[in-house]
Amino acid sequence: MQLETASILEHRDYGSGYRLLRLAAPQIAPQVQPGQFVHLRVPRLEASVLRRPFSIFRAENGVVTLLYKAVGHGTSVLSAATSGEPVSLIGPLGNGFPLDLPAGRVPVLVAGGYGMAALYLVARRLAVPGLVFVGGRSAPDILCVEDFEALGWQVHVATEDGSRGVRGWVTVPLDAWLAEGRAGRTPEFYACGPNSMLEVIGQRALAHDWRAWLSVDRHMGCGVGACLTCVVKLKDADGTWLWARSCKEGPVFESRQIHWDRAEEEA
Amino acid sequence: MSAPDLSITLAGIRMKNPVMVASGTFGYGPEYADLVDLSQLGAMVVKGISTEPWQGNQTPRTVEVASGLINAIGLQNPGAEGFLQTYLPFLRNYDVPVIVNIWGRTVEEYAAVAARLSAAEGIAALELNVSCPNIKEGSKSFGSNADMFRRVIAATRAVTKLPLIPKLAPDVFRIAEFARLAEAEGADALAIANSVPAMAIDIETRRPKLANITGGLSGPAIRPIAVRLVWEAAKAVQIPIIGMGGIYTAADAVEFFIAGASAVAVGTANFLEPATPLTVAAGLRDYLARHQLGSVRELVGTLAC
Repeated sequence: MQLETASILEHRDYGSGYRLLRLAAPQIAPQVQPGQFVHLRVPRLEASVLRRPFSIFRAENGVVTLLYKAVGHGTSVLSAATSGEPVSLIGPLGNGFPLDLPAGRVPVLVAGGYGMAALYLVARRLAVPGLVFVGGRSAPDILCVEDFEALGWQVHVATEDGSRGVRGWVTVPLDAWLAEGRAGRTPEFYACGPNSMLEVIGQRALAHDWRAWLSVDRHMGCGVGACLTCVVKLKDADGTWLWARSCKEGPVFESRQIHWDRAEEEA
Repeated sequence: MSAPDLSITLAGIRMKNPVMVASGTFGYGPEYADLVDLSQLGAMVVKGISTEPWQGNQTPRTVEVASGLINAIGLQNPGAEGFLQTYLPFLRNYDVPVIVNIWGRTVEEYAAVAARLSAAEGIAALELNVSCPNIKEGSKSFGSNADMFRRVIAATRAVTKLPLIPKLAPDVFRIAEFARLAEAEGADALAIANSVPAMAIDIETRRPKLANITGGLSGPAIRPIAVRLVWEAAKAVQIPIIGMGGIYTAADAVEFFIAGASAVAVGTANFLEPATPLTVAAGLRDYLARHQLGSVRELVGTLAC
């Protein structure tokens, strides 16, 4: 973890309201593990007291690349930042996805919306290619398919309106693949997306005693484990639960660790 | 003229500079240690500790508002034993006074945690959280009820020789009255002020933005409130005051010193820029030099009016 003043190399539209932000961050970039994030101070975000967490799309050659959608005030202001502008980052943060894939297992990535960007480094760093299942509301919400295909991964798309891939949630093509016998291989899931999607993927894995690594998305404060804003419930040995910090012990948890709590998902 | 001297002695505690971190904003030490040299802090004030581990509130626990943050963490902490075993040994690797913020649900719990921590080596002082707005089981009344306030200070005073620093609630009718009570019960210094009770509402769902409904507002939004509270209290007591509330720059800190604070604490600003306490200390040195002041003491309580 480091505090680094990065410099904007490129900041452009990526289609469908998404923005691609490339940052020269020679200290942070080489340390990035798949699934980690940076805590970014949005330039000129007046009256704001918090940084904003961004999952990392790519990290190579001293460059950290983020892919985000302007959904709130912070990201709207960030959209206006231009090349050459300094941007303060803290990172890389969080535990990231484990990459010690047991022999014989096929990696299966499951993404909802821009969760796809956060999974790209998993595909990049795993030795063997696998499958990607991605879901979104409509065709424009499906990102980065070509990036995964270029790495030799097989991508299955689902959209709620049927404008790309099969119609329905991401579980439609996933369940079809599972029903067809998954080529006789045991999947290891890596998922990033809405909490409701993560819970469903966790259930699929639990039903067969497979492992599912889920990257949870929580409202975040300090990003380094001090403020205890982003806590998530994990199962305790005695059947109760205890808090874990999604910025520190997470954001990636194995599905069996997570104590799902309906009220918590509203967060 | 030689460089101004930033070092102070507050309640018998030697500090390299008068800029501390505020409880709850710097964890227990390890969280920011990769980013900030803890030895350069005036003092490390750790997040509130109770006798037993405590889970705190449900989520959402914080919400950002204009120039501020409302929090309702609910004092989640590892308990006295957890702190002593896991965090105090880590903190002792640094050349920094460790001040432990403590709280309880009853007067007896305050005394118990104070006694337990006093038996450990390496703690410089205890800050009494008598004013956390986020605990429903009575803690609130310790800060705003004069009798409860006096009893909790007296009970902790009876069990510890460590300097005691009550952290005062901002939402009392007359803060000077509480400052005097604390001084009379043997407090060594005062921390002014805690976060300000506040709330925020999602107008689409009409639900509160915090699971706890209400929380404590911190950040630049409360700074003028805190400056005034420090000024009122400083006129009423002889014991030193640690001023806090929305300090982001040296200029912010200087206001507190002029109002009567002998030291300051940086809180919410740490979340945005973890090195803020260090930049505030450096800027304070520049200010003192520019005004031909040899030490912070020469600035304390110098409001011209």
